Amino acid sequence: MRHTTLMRHAALALALAAGPAAAQVIAITGGTVYPVSGPKIENGTVLIRDGKIAAVGTAGAVAIPDGARRIDARGKWVTPGLIHAATTLGLGEGGSPESSGGYSDSRARGEDGIAATFDAWKGINPANTFIIPNRQEGVTSVGVMGVGGMISGRTALVDLVDASAPAEMLRKGSIAMLGGFGSPTAGTGARAEYWAKWRRLFDDVKTYQLRRAAYESGSTREFATSQANLEALIPVVTGQMPLILDVDRASDILAALDFAKAYGIKLWLANATEGWMVAKEIAAAKVPVMVGAMNDIPTDFASLGQRRENAGLLRAAGVTVVLVGIGTSGAESFNVRNIRQEAGNAVAYGMSWDDALRAVTLTPAELMGVAGAVGSLQTGRDANVVVWSGDPFEFSTVAEQVFIRGRTFDTKSRQQQLTERYLTLPPSYRRP
Amino acid sequence: MHPRSLPMALVALGAALAPWAPVTAQAPATAAAPKPALVAGAVSRPNADPFPSTYVPFPSRPTVIRNVNIYTAAGPLIRNGAVLMRDGKIAAIGATVDVPAGALVIDGAGKYVTPGLIDTHSHLGVYPAPGTAAHQDGNEATNPVTAHVWAEHSVWPQDPQFPRNLAGGTTSLQVLPGSANLIGGRSVVLKVVPSRSVQGMKFPGAPYGLKMACGENPKRVYANRGPSTRMGNVAGYRAAWIAADAYRRRWDAWLANPVGDPPARDLGNETLAEVLRGNILVHNHCYQADEMMQMIDIAKEFGYKIRSFHHGVEAYKIADVLAREGISASIWSDWGGFKMESLDGIKANVGLVHAAGARTIVHSDDPSYASRLNQEASKSLAAARVAGLNIPNEEAIKWITINPAWALGIDAQTGSLEVGKNADLVLWSGDPFSVYTRTEKVWVDGAMLFDRADASQRWRTDFELGYVPNAGGIR
Repeated sequence: MRHTTLMRHAALALALAAGPAAAQVIAITGGTVYPVSGPKIENGTVLIRDGKIAAVGTAGAVAIPDGARRIDARGKWVTPGLIHAATTLGLGEGGSPESSGGYSDSRARGEDGIAATFDAWKGINPANTFIIPNRQEGVTSVGVMGVGGMISGRTALVDLVDASAPAEMLRKGSIAMLGGFGSPTAGTGARAEYWAKWRRLFDDVKTYQLRRAAYESGSTREFATSQANLEALIPVVTGQMPLILDVDRASDILAALDFAKAYGIKLWLANATEGWMVAKEIAAAKVPVMVGAMNDIPTDFASLGQRRENAGLLRAAGVTVVLVGIGTSGAESFNVRNIRQEAGNAVAYGMSWDDALRAVTLTPAELMGVAGAVGSLQTGRDANVVVWSGDPFEFSTVAEQVFIRGRTFDTKSRQQQLTERYLTLPPSYRRP
Repeated sequence: MHPRSLPMALVALGAALAPWAPVTAQAPATAAAPKPALVAGAVSRPNADPFPSTYVPFPSRPTVIRNVNIYTAAGPLIRNGAVLMRDGKIAAIGATVDVPAGALVIDGAGKYVTPGLIDTHSHLGVYPAPGTAAHQDGNEATNPVTAHVWAEHSVWPQDPQFPRNLAGGTTSLQVLPGSANLIGGRSVVLKVVPSRSVQGMKFPGAPYGLKMACGENPKRVYANRGPSTRMGNVAGYRAAWIAADAYRRRWDAWLANPVGDPPARDLGNETLAEVLRGNILVHNHCYQADEMMQMIDIAKEFGYKIRSFHHGVEAYKIADVLAREGISASIWSDWGGFKMESLDGIKANVGLVHAAGARTIVHSDDPSYASRLNQEASKSLAAARVAGLNIPNEEAIKWITINPAWALGIDAQTGSLEVGKNADLVLWSGDPFSVYTRTEKVWVDGAMLFDRADASQRWRTDFELGYVPNAGGIR
């Protein structure tokens, strides 16, 4: 208990130390501004007031009030904060899920791998030491999702602010339902079995929805899953909440498209490794994909067509592309920041630079239904803004200023503290 | 991307202790040959080579790349310079070179050349793609000490990861056994070239390595039978070296005076004895600084050298010690936090170790990572600069070229662009430290084995035929 109290105090102290106060007016001037929602603005000004973007425009078009804190961004690039849509950030570190909230719902093991009520974000440890280093490299919001099973749970979007409770970080919950694929993690064997399970499940949800009273009185047949799961899946079956399916093989992608069409659900594809082979079909189905651009290894028999050009080829075919990291393990929560590298590689292998920036800002925001608040630099949006020393995708570029909800954060990361301790050898280790 | 899980349940084979088939009978090196003559396999001979390299350089033509920027890994960047490859070697390099008659001349305007990249930590061939239970050949996880196994006997040359690493500019790599065991067995240094056999890929003259592993992996894998603790790990290393030292003395005495029946041969002790003789280089998987310090003491206790600590996410904490002891650090740009022993991973690790004067290497342990070593080195360079360490690009290129060459004992042949060395060379579309730069062409011993512009000539492994779609979408 003592530990918990200490952590809470620490988090409170961090929140207080975070400057500058949201009420302050901040003017970022002279930089090349990439609003994403529109063309870039040379010598642009971004005005931040009360945590929101108050104005964006050329230097002449935006009046800077007296007393505003000015940030000279001449020679710098200014973009919306980056959004990594698929991470496990905050859920565990050091290989120990118990260090934070944990990655998966163990109840799903007794539920045929279905954890439709699992909201992984509720277990985020705001003091997780991976959060700050990722924020420091320009990632301002992350999608948080569970791992494993046939249904891993509901995804959420959180802002990487200093916080004492996950709710303070939450931007939006219950965004999408994440489904797994592949026999080991989805708890299914054959592919035909997998789709049969989905059909049975969705048929049951539909029946349950129509005959809830009968269910309550025990006069329906037995359903494939618990009442809690059935309830949680209603928005998916009715097409309100997207279903994310993690599929790789071209034929599996087509099967997923067919399934989504048959049930009239809203589908997003994750990984879609061989998506480039069926790009036209994905585009025609208007199904967005969340893909990486760095992996070129045919990791398994479902991903023999893995190539770095996938993201660019999908985009060229007219598919809505969100760039994400190449996995969702603990390593990727450490390196959510490498979304920059994914985007750079996407460009190197065929995507336009503008599309790549959009794929890590506005496009994920639109998909997740938060584009009115984040993902672009427009008046009225929340001030999630990054001032970069140069091209945000280049390794040599540094995120010099990171604003989330109009605030910057001075908190040193654990990684920084270790670095500083060992910058001089031997370290001052003998004193406490 | 996370570290390879240990495929314990998949290991079906027992320790294969049967000696290899006898090869040509051969007298021991000393003058007094014993009678009757012994087959080679009866004798525990230093630097024995029962699976010799059959690698022959691919056909090449004299090639000049001119008007190109050259990171030589042996000096300053040569701007708008030229390099001549002839007969598999770097024949000339500088501001200009003479162009021999009939040479292929490539204009490198705006482009860059580096030595072929080298990865000290690969599991290509022993954990091939696609991952299947049948191909989990990297960990002989049947005993905590398996010094008797040789990684090369698990290498599948048709692993489609080889051409992908070559396409990323990696021309030489060390294939290691996994880290399930305290002592995992012999590594092998390969050229990244098409071959029907692993012998056809073996880097001629490269010494063998020995894989050792500290920390969490061995004690987790053997939790039920031991070692189950770090102190158990250390007891295990020491017991193995005690036996190996006795074995070495027994055999050295017999080899000096080969009279009578030779001592019993033991493949595990033979490999360890070769370490003690200085003929095999030790590559030690070790994350934590405190454990590396203990491994250094163990090496001193038994009189061997550690050539490279691998993974070393805490190498920065003992960078001065590594420099003093002459131990290289094979480390990642930015991996950390995925288990307790990697919790203290920092992006400045490479920079801090470099700044302390230790030989610093960016290694992969991952096939995808190994096909973009330049990007990973670039991240380390950027992180070093953020930490205030101003390291020039010319130094950083060494992390993926000459420094790993040294760790593998092949730095006299490759790893830098100097006259007389192997023409292992990469032509990049731009500065290799930029995320937007791609490899354009890759040469191994002067032979162009990768050309991004010519998909029809692309190396496709046997496995890929009919399975892996090529760039045109045709299987």
